[in-house]
Amino acid sequence: MRPFTYERAASVDALRARGGDAARDGMKTSRAFVAGGTTLFDLMKLDVMQPDAVIDINPLANDLGRIEVGGNGLRLGALVRMSEAADDPRINRDFPVLAQSLTLAASPQLRNMASLGGNVLQRTRCHYFRDTSWANCNKRNPGSGCAALEGMNRIHAVLGASDNCIATYPGDFAQALIALDAVVEVQGRSGKRTLAFEKLHRVPADTPRIETVLEPGDLITAFLIPTIPAARRSAYLKIRDRESYEFALASAAVALDIANGQVRDARIALGGVATKPWRAREAEKALIGKKLDEDAARRAGEIAFQGAAPRAHNAFKVALGRETVARALMHAAQMEI
Amino acid sequence: MLDDADDKPCALSRRGFLGGASAAGAALPLVAEAATKPRTGRSVAAPDARAPAQVTLRVNGTDHPLSLDTRTTLLDALREKVGLTGSKKGCDHGQCGACTVHVDGKRVLSCLTLAVMVADKPVTTIEGLARPDGRLHPMQQAFIDRDAFQCGYCTPGQIMSAIACINEGHAKTHSDIREYMSGNLCRCAAYPNIVAAVKQARDVKEG
Repeated sequence: MRPFTYERAASVDALRARGGDAARDGMKTSRAFVAGGTTLFDLMKLDVMQPDAVIDINPLANDLGRIEVGGNGLRLGALVRMSEAADDPRINRDFPVLAQSLTLAASPQLRNMASLGGNVLQRTRCHYFRDTSWANCNKRNPGSGCAALEGMNRIHAVLGASDNCIATYPGDFAQALIALDAVVEVQGRSGKRTLAFEKLHRVPADTPRIETVLEPGDLITAFLIPTIPAARRSAYLKIRDRESYEFALASAAVALDIANGQVRDARIALGGVATKPWRAREAEKALIGKKLDEDAARRAGEIAFQGAAPRAHNAFKVALGRETVARALMHAAQMEI
Repeated sequence: MLDDADDKPCALSRRGFLGGASAAGAALPLVAEAATKPRTGRSVAAPDARAPAQVTLRVNGTDHPLSLDTRTTLLDALREKVGLTGSKKGCDHGQCGACTVHVDGKRVLSCLTLAVMVADKPVTTIEGLARPDGRLHPMQQAFIDRDAFQCGYCTPGQIMSAIACINEGHAKTHSDIREYMSGNLCRCAAYPNIVAAVKQARDVKEG
C-alpha cells in the first residue's frame, strides 16, 4: 500500500473544502472518503486505488447514520451500516427487497463494516481491473483497452457493455434502490442536491473510468425511498456459484402491486448481468394489467434480456437471468402481505 | 416524477418526504448549516504521509499507546506491535474471516480496518476471551468438545464470529448458523462440527 495521510472529518461542512474525488476519477486520485473501508483498503492493497489522502467520515455518524421512517417513505443515512438496515424490522416488513438485498450481500463481518453510501459505490470485481499485472484496463488506464473482451469473461456483463468495458456492477442493494425509485442525497462543494438514484451510475460507453455522475468532493449523505404500494410485495433473488458470501451471477429485485388479480405496478431491476444497476422497464410495462402467472413472468424475463450481448463465456447469463426474473416475480406474486 | 429527473434537483425535499416524522426536524443540523456558512479560507501545510500516527489501541481491556504508519491495519498492529498473534492473517483482503475481531462489540475484519480508525475503541481478540484463571469461554470449550477444527488456523476467527453470531440473534436455527457463519472459511472443511459447536455454546448461554 502506498503512503497516504489520514484525517478525521470534523463536519460535513468542513468536508466541502477538502473534497474526495475517488468516486468520480477512479484510481489516480488525490483524496478518498472512507467509511467501512471494505472496498477502498482492499483496492489500495492491490495498488488499484492510490489516494494521497484518506478522509475518515465515521465521525459524522450522528448526522449521517440514522434510519428514519416517515409518512411518505424511508430515509437511510449514508453511514448506516449494511447490517443495521438489513436487520431493521420496519425495513423487513415494509421494504423487504431492501433488507433482502443487504442480507444476501457479502459476509456478516463486512456488513457490520460497510456503509450504505460506500456500498453503492463499490467497484467491479472484474479480474482484469483488480489485477494490475494486466496493463489493458480502460477503467484503470484509460485508452489501454479491455483485457476482458477476449479474456475470461464468465462473470462479465451482457447488458450495458461497450467495446471499452464489460465489467459488471457487483452490488445488490443498488438494484433494490432503483426498483423502488429511490432518491440519493449528495453534499457537494456547492451545497446539497438530490437526484434519482437511477441516474447515479453511468454505463461505461467511451469512458469506463467515470462510473457515476458524482463530482470531485461529492459525498452521498442519504437515500430516500418513497413508500409505494408495490414496496411491501417486493423481493430480491440472487443466483450465484455458492449459496452464501458470493457475488451475483444474476439477480433480480422485483416489486409488485397486484389488485383483483391484475398487476397495477411492476418493478424489475437486474444485478450481476449489467455494467450498472439495471432497470428493465419494458419488461415491467408488459406486466401491467395482466394476471401474473408463470407465462407472464417468463415473458417479462425474456423482454428484460432482449438487448443482451453475450461474450465467449457469459452467454449462460441470458438464460439464467431470464429464469431469475421469472422466479423472483412468481415469488413476489405469491407473497402474503 | 423521478423518471424524468435528469440532473435537475429532485422534487422530494427531505422534510416533505418524511412527512410527520418527529425526528425529521432535528436531524442533519450540520448539513443545513453547511448551505449558509461561508467556507473558511484557512490553508493547511501539506501533511507528511510518512509521519507516524500516535494511536492508543484498547485491546482486551488494556491500553497500548503505539506509534504507527497510517497504513497499518488493525490486524498487523495486533500481531506485530501489541504481540497478540491469535488473530490470523489468511487472505488479507477480507475474503476469509481468519482475522475477525470485535470492535465496539461487533465482529469486523481487522485486515480491512486501519488501526488509526479504531483508536480508543474497545477491541476484543481471541486472547481476551478466557478468564484470568484460565477457564475457557464457552465457545472455546465448545470448539474443543465438538472437534470443530483440524489445523486450527481459521479457529480464532471462527470463534470470534461465532460469539457475535449468537449475540446478534443469528444462531437460532441450523440454517441461520450456516448463513451467518459464511464469512469464515475453513479449508479443512470442519463446518458440520463448527455448527455443532455454535449450537452447544448457544444452549449453554441460554441454559
